[in-house]
Amino acid sequence: MQGRSCGLCGQTRFAEARLVAAPKTRRHVSGRNSRCITRAAASGPKLMWEALREAVDEEMEKDPTVCVMGEDVGHYGGSYKVTYDLYKKYGDLRLLDTPICENGFMGMGIGAAMTGLRPIVEGMNMGFLLLAYNQISNNAGMLHYTSGGQFKVPIVVRGPGGVGRQLGAEHSQRLESYFQSIPGVQLVACSTVANAKALLKSAIRSDNPIIFFEHVLLYNVKGETNDNYYQDLERAEVVRQGKDVTILCYSRMRYVVLQAVQELEKQGIDPEVIDLISLKPFDMHTISASVKKTRRVIIVEECMKTGGIGASLSAQINEALFDDLDHQVVRLSSQDVPTAYAYELEAATIVQPEQVVEAAQKIVQKQMAYA
Amino acid sequence: MLYKQKLARGFLHLADGQEAVPVGLEAASSYKDSLIQTYRDHCTAVGRGVTVKEVFAELLGRVDGAVRGLGGSMHLYKAENNFYGGMGIVGTHVPLGAGLAFAHKYRKDGCVSFTLYGDGAANQGQISEAINMSALWNLPVVFVVENNHFGMGTSQDRASKSARFYTRGDYIPGLWVDGMDVLAVKNGIAFARQHALEHGPIIVEMDTYRYHGHSISDPGSSYRTRDEIQGVRRARDPIEHVRTLLTEFKMASSSELKQLERKLKKGVQDDIEAAKQSAEPPIEDLWNNIYRDGLGAQFRNIDSTRNKIQLPQGSAGR
Repeated sequence: MQGRSCGLCGQTRFAEARLVAAPKTRRHVSGRNSRCITRAAASGPKLMWEALREAVDEEMEKDPTVCVMGEDVGHYGGSYKVTYDLYKKYGDLRLLDTPICENGFMGMGIGAAMTGLRPIVEGMNMGFLLLAYNQISNNAGMLHYTSGGQFKVPIVVRGPGGVGRQLGAEHSQRLESYFQSIPGVQLVACSTVANAKALLKSAIRSDNPIIFFEHVLLYNVKGETNDNYYQDLERAEVVRQGKDVTILCYSRMRYVVLQAVQELEKQGIDPEVIDLISLKPFDMHTISASVKKTRRVIIVEECMKTGGIGASLSAQINEALFDDLDHQVVRLSSQDVPTAYAYELEAATIVQPEQVVEAAQKIVQKQMAYA
Repeated sequence: MLYKQKLARGFLHLADGQEAVPVGLEAASSYKDSLIQTYRDHCTAVGRGVTVKEVFAELLGRVDGAVRGLGGSMHLYKAENNFYGGMGIVGTHVPLGAGLAFAHKYRKDGCVSFTLYGDGAANQGQISEAINMSALWNLPVVFVVENNHFGMGTSQDRASKSARFYTRGDYIPGLWVDGMDVLAVKNGIAFARQHALEHGPIIVEMDTYRYHGHSISDPGSSYRTRDEIQGVRRARDPIEHVRTLLTEFKMASSSELKQLERKLKKGVQDDIEAAKQSAEPPIEDLWNNIYRDGLGAQFRNIDSTRNKIQLPQGSAGR
């Protein structure tokens, strides 16, 4: 399967077979004597990890209370290069290489945030943050409330999640479904180079605890960024306007949906594609406006069917917009299984563009769509 | 008594018997130093400037409480005096304490973080994580183990292989202090504070005792004898110790002290009455302080058919 430039969003379309996670390109980058770093600072198309790095660099430069902590964020350069060489500019205290103790260093970041610092705590993989769940739920999420507003926790918890390339079950988790119930945190998922940089900048500036979801397979997506642009953390992006069906997606599923859209257009179906961006709270205004127009909804998510983001969203749409729907909300989610290692099995676990095409065809033709 | 009248409810962890620890600690530090501990925080909160009335109002769930009735007994805070609580889950605040020390080091402000935990908490893995990180980066933190010898109903020897908690830091130094003697606590903390600033983290174990059970639902006598409790009270009560010192060294007469006690008791009674008069928090407070800037977090009606979305004007049918 070749990579092509997407006619709609202009970005290099996600090439199924050839996209690799960032670490495999490490040798290639470091062999270039930091030419890559200079290139990242200039304008022009850049990779998502470079855009995220710019966001961190710009905010750390502007505000001395912003700091980073996590495993291998400093001298190693970040396992996905998001903090590459920043320790040379800001020092070891502001780019803190932590030992492997997620519970401990998440708590440390939260304690520092309570005093007014703005730490960015990186989970090398979001799945590892299950070890820090207590800290994120009780201390990051709830402290602002249980202290009667005395303490704020302006922390950004970020890292890659999602299903990668045969990484195995424990490295392919979707933590957004576990974190979504925690009161007091915001969940944000970036998807393009532009929104990755803009959202991360906003997340760092926000006084709320933000859990910022990146995706293991998107770090090498190429695109443009907007200079000095902060994107609203609670607003969804309308990726494509349409009138036949509203397709709600986020993170890597945006590209899966856009691939399906190319096929749907050939069949004369006109979908409206909305990238949720904000997984908690949902941007019900943008979503409602779209649903009132199309009267049909498909949710495409990488979470599992049980208890995923789609489950909450489907319930909210059904309750709030029942009279505006001509068809039940269709939910395309991953299978309720640990992600298998074998290529075909892994591909069968998650939603593929063909399934989105089939669901859209059926919903537009007013038949039941199985999900 | 408030509990028996069902005015205070939920969990209630009393710290009588352990008063010397917060009093001695405050005498050797300032409000610029941070302090964080778990739920047995009534005395410590008063030591950090939360008024007695605020503590009682919080227990009664009233709006004049330390946290406006939102936190309860276990969650007393005072941000301007660097009192970080008041936490519910055992041991979870110890990495936070390391974070407070990290912030002190980051800002280079010459202050320390006092992180208090109990003998029951000492077996939490995250405490080892916090000790490792603090020692690795020389964070100015004093880990204070308030050893009252019982983790709820389990005595220290049934829970810990090594009950010498001041040695459990392994590669960081430790100090054992008689936690019922307020002057010993003061001197121990003064030493530890200086050590933390100059050399890095240190553990201070306070040998103390609680007269009541773990919490109000625990009579406290199923795992220890009444004789033991009375014995400690007779021999080592921290307040009696101070009274003895004052009268022996002729700094105050016993009748002066009795007058002081009467005055304080009346003051506490007045505070309780004032707390009872305080209003309940308004229902809107349910939704305040979830997010920092509101974000419109609203009361989602339990009856979901009343959950209609109001679009802003002009946004429909794009």
